[in-house]
Amino acid sequence: MTENDKAARRKKIMHACMWVVLLILFICFISPFLLVIINVFKTKGDITANPLSLIGEHGFTMDNFPQAMDKMKFWRVFTNSTIITVCATILTILVSSMASFVIVRNQKWPACSLLFSAMVASMVIPFQVLMVPLVSVYGGTLGVLNHRPTLILMHVGFSVSMATFMFHGAIHTNIPLELEEAALIDGCTRWQTYWKVVFPLLKPTIATVAIIDAMAFWNDYLLPSLVLTNKELYTIPIATQAFYGTYSTDIGLVMAALLLAMLPILILYVLLQRYIVEGVTSGAVKG
Amino acid sequence: MKRNKLSYKVSQFLMFAGPAALLFLAVVIIPFIYGLYLTFTSWDGIAKEKPWVGFANYAAAFGDGDYWMAMLRTGIYSFFAVILVNIVAFTLAYLVTSGIKGQNFFRAGFFVPNLIGGIVLGYVWKFVFNRAFVAIGSALSGTTVPSLLSTTGGAMFCLILVTVWQYAGYMMLIYVAGFMSVSDALKEAAMIDGCIPAQAMWNVTIPLMRASFVQCIFLSITRCFVVYDVNLSLTKGEPFNTSVMAAMHVYNQAFTYKNYGLGQAEALLLFVVCAVVGVTQVYIGKKGEVAA
Repeated sequence: MTENDKAARRKKIMHACMWVVLLILFICFISPFLLVIINVFKTKGDITANPLSLIGEHGFTMDNFPQAMDKMKFWRVFTNSTIITVCATILTILVSSMASFVIVRNQKWPACSLLFSAMVASMVIPFQVLMVPLVSVYGGTLGVLNHRPTLILMHVGFSVSMATFMFHGAIHTNIPLELEEAALIDGCTRWQTYWKVVFPLLKPTIATVAIIDAMAFWNDYLLPSLVLTNKELYTIPIATQAFYGTYSTDIGLVMAALLLAMLPILILYVLLQRYIVEGVTSGAVKG
Repeated sequence: MKRNKLSYKVSQFLMFAGPAALLFLAVVIIPFIYGLYLTFTSWDGIAKEKPWVGFANYAAAFGDGDYWMAMLRTGIYSFFAVILVNIVAFTLAYLVTSGIKGQNFFRAGFFVPNLIGGIVLGYVWKFVFNRAFVAIGSALSGTTVPSLLSTTGGAMFCLILVTVWQYAGYMMLIYVAGFMSVSDALKEAAMIDGCIPAQAMWNVTIPLMRASFVQCIFLSITRCFVVYDVNLSLTKGEPFNTSVMAAMHVYNQAFTYKNYGLGQAEALLLFVVCAVVGVTQVYIGKKGEVAA
């Protein structure tokens, strides 16, 4: 056997070992989800008797799903979450890409530089510092809590600095000034130039911002729980929390509710996995 | 020249940045300033008047033993969680960039916990700790063992474990980008110069990935310091309030005990501590950065 063959064999063995390690880690990582999935098809008694068995003594059951769906008002909370996430994501993208355009192209205007530095500085402020005044201004003084648009606009307000920062980078490095000048010479106004030339070129960044913010809005608990106290408006995380508070002893129903809460985003992940991983990576590395 | 007129500038600014600036002002800047004012009042959240009390809230915050216990707990939790998250994430990133079969599948799999919100994750793990682990433990020892979540140190351990599981996949993606940015030519040059793979990793790859480390550690510190969702669903501060983290203490102080001024002062102190730790880390980390 030559040196090269030996090295190749060693590499193969190494790779096999690493593959086994990865597989074990992978199973550890997804085992909590697997546990929920195997228990969701068991009766309450069977889960308590043995949470690890694949099928309970009383056999396979689908009863947990319709009950949990009915009790957590699944379709209503799902619709609420969808409306809020979709509206807030679209608004964030429109509002922050427009702002970053005027900021990048007019860096000498004091208003632009002031707004941008305030946004960048604000990214370190944790939500805990803002929640008490937020509730007292919008709940106490203005009394606009418990409305969907309030939550949507608040979501946008909190995510606008990060999104502006990302669009700022994209316009700064990827959009050639000559392109805009050509459009202006051809008779476009600034407004038309933005929508017809600049905005379409921002597609990759739009995708990144959409993925990051949609995930954040969909999963957020603390802000929605402070703004929405009316059951009709509950989003999935608040509904899950409320459901657990009421039915924590009925473990079969809890399993079904948890699976239902996870299902929409997991289905989306299976379909758009590549884009989500790419979007999150580029968002994390730039931000 | 039309373009140099102030009115033109103002209208352009308002047209493009107006909505963003308005929302940002309304939910970040105004509440932040108003929050500073609230720390000087003893408001209970309901009364019309907000009595001015000067620095009394800050004095009370410094004297609030429960708060500092929660801060200490948060510090210990963050210390272990940050170190473990980064070790696990780095190891995963190394394994999924080594060119083995199915690495994209594994990458996607490790990221799954990040897709789901802290509340749901906390309840999933509560089931794992209270039922599955208890079943395994009881089968192994022959007697019924208590859940880890009901023991004092155990609840903290569970929180750290869930945090590592939750964030490792996300940080892994940043480390993967770091690994990809180190060119193979440099590693090969080191190997030709006589390095074994471990030496090439330690002396070439890791120093060049310093920026990834700084970023991941910063992100994990700032997230761990304000952990709330998982804390609420997994332990709810139990047993006997021994797993109440700083963010939960602040929430309870303001919204449960109705000490809005004191709660806000404590939130502000939490922010200052978190910012100082995070910025110091970035400063130290950036100082030793090397370029390829």
